[in-house]
Amino acid sequence: MEPTTQAFKSNVKTALGDKQLRRALGTIEQGFVAKRAQTTQALPEFEQLRNQARDVKDHTLANLDVYLEAYEAKVEGLGGHVHWAQDAAQACDIVLDICKQHDAKLVTKSKSMITEEIALNSALDAAGIEPVETDLGEYIIQLRKEPPSHIIAPAIHLTHEQIEADFRDKHTNLDEDRVLDDGAELVAEARTQLRQKFLKADVGITGANFLIAETGANVIVTNEGNADLTHTLPRVHIVVASIEKLVPTFEDAMGILRILARSATGQDISAYTSFTSGPKRPGDVDGPDAYHVVLLDNGRSDMLGTEFQEMLRCIRCGACMNHCPVYNTIGGHAYGWIYPGPMGAVLTPSLIGVDKAGLLPNASTFCGRCEAVCPMHIPLPKMMRHWRSREFERHLSPSTTRYGLKLWRHLACRPKVYQFVTGLVIRTLKALSAGKGVLHKLPFASAWTRHRDFPAPEGKTFQAQWRDRQTKGDA
Amino acid sequence: MTVLDTKAARNAILGKVTRALDAEGSDQKARQKVIVARIAKHERGVVPERGQAAAADRRKLFMSQIIALSGTAEHVGSAKDVPRAIATYLKQYNLPAKIRAGSDKRLKKFDWTKTPTLEVTHGPARDDDKAGLTYAVSGVAETGTLVLTSSGDNPTSLNFMPDHSIVVVDGKTVDACYEDGFDRVRKTQKKNPLPRSINFITGPSRTADIEQVIYYGAHGPKHLHVIVVG
Repeated sequence: MEPTTQAFKSNVKTALGDKQLRRALGTIEQGFVAKRAQTTQALPEFEQLRNQARDVKDHTLANLDVYLEAYEAKVEGLGGHVHWAQDAAQACDIVLDICKQHDAKLVTKSKSMITEEIALNSALDAAGIEPVETDLGEYIIQLRKEPPSHIIAPAIHLTHEQIEADFRDKHTNLDEDRVLDDGAELVAEARTQLRQKFLKADVGITGANFLIAETGANVIVTNEGNADLTHTLPRVHIVVASIEKLVPTFEDAMGILRILARSATGQDISAYTSFTSGPKRPGDVDGPDAYHVVLLDNGRSDMLGTEFQEMLRCIRCGACMNHCPVYNTIGGHAYGWIYPGPMGAVLTPSLIGVDKAGLLPNASTFCGRCEAVCPMHIPLPKMMRHWRSREFERHLSPSTTRYGLKLWRHLACRPKVYQFVTGLVIRTLKALSAGKGVLHKLPFASAWTRHRDFPAPEGKTFQAQWRDRQTKGDA
Repeated sequence: MTVLDTKAARNAILGKVTRALDAEGSDQKARQKVIVARIAKHERGVVPERGQAAAADRRKLFMSQIIALSGTAEHVGSAKDVPRAIATYLKQYNLPAKIRAGSDKRLKKFDWTKTPTLEVTHGPARDDDKAGLTYAVSGVAETGTLVLTSSGDNPTSLNFMPDHSIVVVDGKTVDACYEDGFDRVRKTQKKNPLPRSINFITGPSRTADIEQVIYYGAHGPKHLHVIVVG
């Protein structure tokens, strides 16, 4: 998808005016957030597991070249094929090529952020191959021709009524007068529609939560079981995964899986965790005849060895966005690309450039909730700050911000002048508030005061108060 | 059959990774040796206390966890009793007395003579199969998780297509944690490669994609019933 990250401000304005979106986002606090709190508190070893998960990923990333080669050898040993793609275009070409080799007309897909990143569905469509998303949320947004608004709950921005309208609009083969008042009826209808696609599909495409060097397996986690139908029923299974998904062993993967579902949906474990590798074995009566893995770089190797390397530990649980006051207010689409919330604010500039996505790391109050809940201990606020400084260094931030910062630096480097100016500002604002304690309007900051009042300063500056205290203390 | 040659991309990516990690000058062979040894050891990490139940407590914990996660579970004294448990289950849900299973030899140990009307067919799942029967390698007490592996004996599709999934697991293969369950798979395979698909299944299929409300039977089974034997 074409990023609209540069239009972030107008995206936000649209989101804030969308009443249905606000209602839909209202489920997050009682849903994801409350459930996560409950399950993590019920596991005394949660913190230990977090530290271990961080260490396992750090070790793997520090030896990523060696692990990638070990994984490749294992997959090929099982009769699978590993293909390497430096960017989105190469990855799409490889998938299309495999599909054409197998004369594929219909492809089922289980939810995968990486295939959203490379816009695989558009490439398949253009080649005359029908891609069908099988995760319910992804299926809904595919019907609506929308990108996901959340990395694990792609249709979280929608209400029952909107989904019902879409089903009535698209499932034209069904009785117009059917009742769809209950969510269960919507689920059953999607299940029936998608079952036929599963049975007809020539190729199944999945992503991977992990790639295991020890066994050559890709790990897929779902609650619906759609990934398993995707890799078991068609003739060909294609895995599309980025290079940082590697972990050394089953035990390493399992350690991280123990905190993944708890952080994501607040479950102890997702309903289905599957370890699949290679084509079907002798004696198997189901499973694919061919197994392909597309290993994608698309900017990851540029993050290695930089201050953004730690972002590669991300396991896409979505906890950071669930707990983000900004995400909870504006939803995922406003971020303008595939990855929303705090993880998106760090990852998107890495993948599409800070010149295009510089506004995202600025959309943070630095409250720190994202880092506090990240199961992989990723210092998200610190990395957003890194992006802000890069933006400044590259002269990408708006001129008002730049002059403002320069002015502040000028003052901050001259304590005497700083004290004089801040004292003057405080006295002026106090006078302007005329004893009301708040200011409804501020010179040069009307954008801020348009929506809220500014508390008027009372008393003296911090430094003046400190001086007074010291003097009193001495006396 | 030829697929696009991606060797150039491979070398470019691996080269970039090695350079970024500042590992160009280092002895690649020595690095590989360390990694190969770490993989071969596949050491366990932290296993939560809940995953360390004593043998005597495992079955109870396993069954209670399944029920807590919206599945159902029952215990039968011996393999012989399984067909009757299946027949009772099917009747309870007003299902036809039919079940689809793989070719697992252990199914022969069941006493099918007590349930003459129960029809068992063998092979991978078909679209109209209402109930599937599979044999799990292990049951993990930690979270009530079943460990199932693909094979002709227990086709993977049986766990994911029918509305009702009935899974049999031996009491003596109910393990404390995931690692124990996976080790059992490793042991069963001996020198053979691991099965194509190793499935950890915990409860029935579900979705929360409509307004965060949980609905069962999104794609796979609406009901998961576990029979623990012995």
